[in-house]
Amino acid sequence: MAKGMREIKRSIKSKQNTKQITKAMEMVAASKLRRAQEAAVASRPYTDKLREVVASIASGSGNSKHPMLQSRSVKRTAYLVITSDRGLAGGYNANILRKVLMTIRENHQSADEYAVLVIGRKGRDFFKRRNIALADEITGLSDSPKFSDVKQIASAAVKGYEDGVYDELYLAYNEFHNAITQVPVLKRLLPLNQEQMSGAKSDYEYEPSPEDVLSVLLPRYAETLVFSALLEGKASEFGARMTAMGNATKNATKMIADLTLTYNRARQAAITQEIAEIVGGASAQQ
Amino acid sequence: MSTLRLEIVTPERKVYEKDVNMVVVKGVAGELGILPNHIPLVTPLKIAPVKAKIGNNDEFIAVHGGFMEVRKDKVVILAEAAELGSDIDVSRARLAKERAERRLAQKQSDYDAERAELALQRAMNRLDIAGE
Repeated sequence: MAKGMREIKRSIKSKQNTKQITKAMEMVAASKLRRAQEAAVASRPYTDKLREVVASIASGSGNSKHPMLQSRSVKRTAYLVITSDRGLAGGYNANILRKVLMTIRENHQSADEYAVLVIGRKGRDFFKRRNIALADEITGLSDSPKFSDVKQIASAAVKGYEDGVYDELYLAYNEFHNAITQVPVLKRLLPLNQEQMSGAKSDYEYEPSPEDVLSVLLPRYAETLVFSALLEGKASEFGARMTAMGNATKNATKMIADLTLTYNRARQAAITQEIAEIVGGASAQQ
Repeated sequence: MSTLRLEIVTPERKVYEKDVNMVVVKGVAGELGILPNHIPLVTPLKIAPVKAKIGNNDEFIAVHGGFMEVRKDKVVILAEAAELGSDIDVSRARLAKERAERRLAQKQSDYDAERAELALQRAMNRLDIAGE
C-alpha cells in the first residue's frame, strides 16, 4: 500500500506544477489580450477613414474600373492565412487551418490553382507537413505587431493580385467576438467588395485625378485590411489561450482534488490495516 | 484667427491632433498650403515634412507618404508612418541613411534601387524634422 501512496503523492505534485504553469499562462494571456484589443481599437480610425475615402471615390462617377474593384475569371486563388507562432491556445490554429485546408480540397484540383501565404509558425509547419508550397511566410511576429511587420507580406499579396499572378485573394483568420468566442473566417479581400464601397458620397476635389488617387489608395486599403485582420487574429489568439489555460487550470484543480481523496483513503486504509495487525498480534500473544 | 483641426493617423495610433491655423504639405502634384474653409480635397502625399502653423509657431511632423483628406474645418492625414520630432531616433535614421546611400551607390536592380531611394527619403525626412 505504501508504494501506491507514494505514486499518488508524486502524481499530485506533478499536477500542482502543471496547474501553476497554466495559471500563469492564463494571467499573461489575459493581460496581453487587453493590450491586443486596445491595439485593434487604435487601428480602427485609420481603416475607417481609408474606407470612407475609397468608398466616396469609387461610388462617385464611373471610376470603379480599377482592376482591384473588378472581378475577373479565376484561374489562381491566393490564401493569406493568419496563425500564431505558439501553441497551447486551444483550437485557435487547428480551426482556421482545417477550414483553409477543406476549402482548398473542395475548390481546387491541382496545386497550380492556388497559392498559400502564411503568417505564424504553426500555419507554416502545418502546410509544410502536407507538402503545400508556401508563396510567402512570416514568423516570429511580436505580440503587438507593427504595420511595418506585415507590410512586406501584405504588399506581396496585393502586388500578386495587381500583376495578375492571383485572380482572387482570400484572408483567413480568427474573428474576435469576445474572450471566449473566436470564429474562424475566410473572407475575400480582393477584388474588393463593391457593396462595402457604396458609402456616403461626398464631393471632393482630387489631385492630380480621381483615378490616380484611387490607384494609390486601393493597395494601401487592402494592406490595411490585412493589418487589422492580423490585430484581430492576435486578440483572438490571446482570448483562445486564456480560455484554454483557464480550462486546464480548472481540470488540474479537479484532478488534484480527486487524487487527494484517493490518497487520503489509501492512507486511512493503511492505518486501519496497521491497527488491525497490532490488535491481531496482541490477541495472539494472550 | 480661424483654425482648422489637423489629425495625423497611422495604422497604429493617432500621432497628432491639434487646432492649427495653416497646414503646409507636399502633395504628389506639388506643395499645398491649406487654410480653414478650403474646398474638400484628397491627394496622395510625398515623403516630406508636414508643417503646422499655430499662431506664430511652426510645428513639423515627419510624414512618410500616405494621403491627405481636406474638409472645411478639418484636415486628416493618413500615413503608414508619421513621427513628431521628439519621437525620432536620430542615430537609427542616420544609419538608415548611410545604408540607403551605400545601396544606391552599388547600383542594383531597379526594384532594390527604388526601395533604397524610398528608404533614403524617409531617413532624410526624419533627420530634417529632428533638426539635424
